Amino acid sequence: MARKVTSRHVWVSTAAAWLFGFLIFLPILWMFLTSFKSELDAFAMPPKFLFFHWTTENYATVQERSDYVHHALNSIIIAGGSTLIAMLIAVPAAWSMAFSPTKRTKDVLLWMLSTKMMPPVGVLVPIYLIYRDFGLLDSRAGLVLILCLGNLPIVIWMLFTYFKEIPKDILEAARMDGATIGRELIYVLTPMAIPGLASTLLLNFILAWNEAFWTLNLSTLEAAPLTVFIASYSSPEGLFWAKLSAASTLAIAPIIILGWFTQRQLVRGLTFGAVK
Amino acid sequence: MTTQQVIATQQTQVMATEQTQVLGRALLSPAVVLLFIWMIVPLAMTIYFSTLHYTLMDSENWSFVGLENFRYFLTDPAFLTSLRNTLVLVGSVLAITILLGTPLALLLDQPVIGRSVVRLMVIAPFFVMPTVSALVWKNLLMHPVSGLFAWISNLFGVTPIDWFNDAPMLAVILIVAWQWLPFATLILLTALQSQDEEQKEAAEMDGASALSTFIYLTLPHLARPITVVVLIETIFLLTVFAEIFVTTGGGPGLQTTNIAFLIYSQALIQFDVGNASAGGLVAVVIANIVAFFLVRIIGRNLEV
Repeated sequence: MARKVTSRHVWVSTAAAWLFGFLIFLPILWMFLTSFKSELDAFAMPPKFLFFHWTTENYATVQERSDYVHHALNSIIIAGGSTLIAMLIAVPAAWSMAFSPTKRTKDVLLWMLSTKMMPPVGVLVPIYLIYRDFGLLDSRAGLVLILCLGNLPIVIWMLFTYFKEIPKDILEAARMDGATIGRELIYVLTPMAIPGLASTLLLNFILAWNEAFWTLNLSTLEAAPLTVFIASYSSPEGLFWAKLSAASTLAIAPIIILGWFTQRQLVRGLTFGAVK
Repeated sequence: MTTQQVIATQQTQVMATEQTQVLGRALLSPAVVLLFIWMIVPLAMTIYFSTLHYTLMDSENWSFVGLENFRYFLTDPAFLTSLRNTLVLVGSVLAITILLGTPLALLLDQPVIGRSVVRLMVIAPFFVMPTVSALVWKNLLMHPVSGLFAWISNLFGVTPIDWFNDAPMLAVILIVAWQWLPFATLILLTALQSQDEEQKEAAEMDGASALSTFIYLTLPHLARPITVVVLIETIFLLTVFAEIFVTTGGGPGLQTTNIAFLIYSQALIQFDVGNASAGGLVAVVIANIVAFFLVRIIGRNLEV
């Protein structure tokens, strides 16, 4: 990086970047500020930016009136459960494809990718009917299952790209020293794979948390995660902006923070390694 | 493949004794079997249902009707309208995210004070769940009386737009584009950071202007990531659902109904299983055309 950079250049690009960044972030910031207003201040015209009476009562009301914790718990169970199960199935599969590839491995990988390309509406009817007949509508187990299957290809692909980067020489050395497959797995592979496993886990948790096709169509109340809970604010009588903002802030804050940690893995995971 | 990689691959193949191959297959099969069932069973059922006259309101009376549902679905004026809406939505969001995402990525690739903070602000919308972003935009920003946009229009003495009555499709496009702009920007930025710095320096030393460096070096470098962004976004944008579900419900009239929402309303509002299944298959075919190109691109640089 020996290119000459004038200080004027730095100031101009800094100002422009901050301006655009601020504009893109504004809807989230505005929602955050609104969540601390009274309902009256939330509708005020001209809008009150910082000088209003700050209050946290919306957060308490959201919990009281619509049982936020129940839906947050559903989100955690559904996103966490589907991610963990997907990992349990995907780790062995990705391990085997990365370390003992066969002639068909590439075809298998691309075939798995192609299952992700099927639009969910294409199978909405049969899934809905199967779920109705098996009593899985509005059940956490049902949502865990469908989100797990939906994200499985991404999980396998991400793990595969991480496992590929573990140098084969190390495995070979371990084998030469007489390590069994079990020991090789525990002492050599696992420590090297942990960063990849962690970011795969995080990214897929985020994707499952925000999934809003199956959750909206297959759950109503009992198993409804936050995506469905927030959607209930779209009815006219639910239009309390300050409370909507408080509920929304609670629903997205943990995920945005997780997302900030995993932004690089996002590129890797969602492009299936096509952009590095 | 470099020679080293070839040697490494050969070594692994030698190492892959019969025992590890059996083990490998055993480890792979649960994932393959599950994905196979997940792909084939619902799809087969959709194909079967698409040949039936079958509604949930009158589920006792069903009959085989052949391709009648397809004829009905494809000649329904609602299909043509929603197909057009789908294409408008996908096309506009692609255009906005790439035309804004490219300069934004170039900007973030410059020396910027506090770049990591700006990056965090730019990437944030992608992690907001679709129902939240749709409701926040619809109410807090786009409300014709108390929204932030209305206030800005009033500052300039312009009558505020009643977004969801006067320009509902544009409103949906803006919401979805805001959600996908970070994705395009982040991928293009990642690609820019892998660009050969020395090449750019050499061009600069030879007196190339910033513009011609961009056109002859950077743009060709970005061609592939842009293709990937287009294909991946298209796959997700073809089935935009939550944003329409919570803001317009497909209306007014059919103005914001896309194919995904049309099928949803036939299946779970009108309970017409046969017709919705036929529509579902049409959606599968459309998505597969896009997926074909994406799988080819990804497959080309997949080294196993």
